[in-house]
Amino acid sequence: MRGLAFDVAHLLAGSLVLLSFMQLYQDRLYALLNIFALHALVLALSVAWQAYIQDASHLYVTAGIALIFKAIVIPVALHRIIVRLGIHREIETVVGVGPAMLLGMGLVALSMVLMLRVTPEADPLAREDLAFALSVVLLGLLMMVTRRNAVSQVVGFMSLENGLVLAATGAKGMPLVVEISVAFSILIAFIVIGIFLFRIRERFDTVDVHALDRFRGEQS
Amino acid sequence: MTWPIDAMTAVLIIPLVAAALLAILPGYRLSARLNMFAALLSFLAALSLVFSRPQPGPYLLVDDLNNVFIVLTTFVGFTTSVFSASYIGHELEIGRLTPTFLRFYHAMYQVLMFAMNLALIANNIGVMWVAIELATLTTVLMVGIYRTHEALEAAWKYFILGSVGIALALFGTILVYMAARPVIGEGLDAMVWTTLVERAANFDPALLNVAFVFLLLGYGTKVGLAPLHAWLPDAHAEGPTPISAVLSGLLLNVALYALLRFKMLLAVNPNAVAPGPLMVTMGLISTVFAAFMLYRRRDIKRMFAYSSIEHMGIITFAFGMGGPLANFAGLLHMTMHSLTKSAIFFAVGHIAQVKGTQRIADMGGLTVTNPVLGWGLVLGVVAIAGLPPLGIFMSEFLVVTSTFAREPWLAIALVFGILIGFAALFLRLNTIAFGEPRGATGEAKASYAPMFAHLGLVFIAGIYMPAGLVAWFQNVAKLLG
Repeated sequence: MRGLAFDVAHLLAGSLVLLSFMQLYQDRLYALLNIFALHALVLALSVAWQAYIQDASHLYVTAGIALIFKAIVIPVALHRIIVRLGIHREIETVVGVGPAMLLGMGLVALSMVLMLRVTPEADPLAREDLAFALSVVLLGLLMMVTRRNAVSQVVGFMSLENGLVLAATGAKGMPLVVEISVAFSILIAFIVIGIFLFRIRERFDTVDVHALDRFRGEQS
Repeated sequence: MTWPIDAMTAVLIIPLVAAALLAILPGYRLSARLNMFAALLSFLAALSLVFSRPQPGPYLLVDDLNNVFIVLTTFVGFTTSVFSASYIGHELEIGRLTPTFLRFYHAMYQVLMFAMNLALIANNIGVMWVAIELATLTTVLMVGIYRTHEALEAAWKYFILGSVGIALALFGTILVYMAARPVIGEGLDAMVWTTLVERAANFDPALLNVAFVFLLLGYGTKVGLAPLHAWLPDAHAEGPTPISAVLSGLLLNVALYALLRFKMLLAVNPNAVAPGPLMVTMGLISTVFAAFMLYRRRDIKRMFAYSSIEHMGIITFAFGMGGPLANFAGLLHMTMHSLTKSAIFFAVGHIAQVKGTQRIADMGGLTVTNPVLGWGLVLGVVAIAGLPPLGIFMSEFLVVTSTFAREPWLAIALVFGILIGFAALFLRLNTIAFGEPRGATGEAKASYAPMFAHLGLVFIAGIYMPAGLVAWFQNVAKLLG
């Protein structure tokens, strides 16, 4: 049983990292959203598995939030927003697939080296979960940095947050996990509503320095 | 005492009830008054904490350290609500805000006060994190309240950067829990700060180190330290001025306070890395960087936002140096900066309303056209630049001298940054306050009381500090290690 519990947790956490990698090279928004929905689904499974092996029933709530809110509601809402904003056909070319993947691999290696080295005493399940979680967090950050579109930035943020939930549930017996995941859900709901209400399409940066100065009221 | 609730709960309950009421009540005058009244009540409750403190529980805690912060936060919260009443009245007249948005604004103001108070008195590192997240959310909403392109850009930028910051901070918080769990055991106790600090000596030092790096990056984003500061100038420049005052004067402090709590954890552990040098480096970079950035500012609120980065850098530097004297100086500087910077924003808010713009080039000769505002601003800038005999001079002097005794080169770098910033501020002040009157002229319908109350306190603190206050601050400085 011990072996199985460990293997399944490992499998799910590892799939999350894999799905984070898959998000990195999606250049179409629909495909990105689908991958994200899958990401959230795997997270829900992983959290539910942790709830089962730790015998912590409150974690099922977190799993439920991940399943309903992040795997269903948010992707559907973003889907509709993309259609409304008329950006469903857009193709993003920011950083090439090659460099992005290489950077991503570097980040995963970094988090493995860092987490496995600093947690020699923790139990193996927790420490490897933590290493996977940090990888997911860093890949989410990488995605936020390399994307220009506001929607894909939000997807990056949400996958980052999935990594945090993974870390929090992996830390055995951590209090307030449910509260924290609710707080995060509120945050994300605000972001999504914000995009919709204010029709934010792109991160507001531009190569035109003149325009930048005008935005910032810095022009003399 | 037979009160149904103690003062510790009161500083949380009052803003919450007020927020609920303000969300329902129509009418600008009534809600502005209620806002002031609630802020005053919170301030009185916070003040009473100085004299009698309830026992710390698993969620809430009041000790010498956070009591300073709570009193300061509720005081500036109160004076800002007074300023806000006259500022917002004008915004309503010229139609920049509609009554619906105003209701929202007042409710959000109280929610923000609640979130900051909760972050300050939280004894649980998870609750503290949730409170700081709530404070971020409310300020994002307030920054974007004008709904212009620039305001939305600023709010979005703040949102994304702030979210990443608090996400990193959460990861750090989880790591602290992981470090504590083998020692304290599973469950709530391993997130209670008072328990953590008692047992921190036995935590795994490597895990604690990594946790602190995440916390420094995460909460450091909210403090506005140099490589992570990009959201701060936009958020200050585009939101309503009372919010700029609260952001600069209070929210940055709250984030720094969170960082200090974790620094104290590391200080207890003999094998953990010393957090000081990391904070000193980031503080120094922020100070020097922001000082240079001051020169190219053409927007008055943006300029003072950079000045806030500079001063948060000095404060972080002081706390990073550590030791009783530097901590004392840092604490004093933080208090003085909060008071002075919010006073400056009070003046700037009315000036921008009179002139109808925030561009420095369109302002001039304020001491002639609006003497009270103009001289108020001059006094504020004199104070923030660190001229004697005002309070900031004293605290900067203490920071520099305590550093000189230990690390002369760092002190020289810091003085260099301060002087660069000093010159930039006076260069701009000269344009705004003196010379030929430029731009629109008119009478300001302003309430000057908050501005002069703050400046008066800063002035008094520069000349004479009551012995009780000095003893209190010294006590806190010792606590900080």
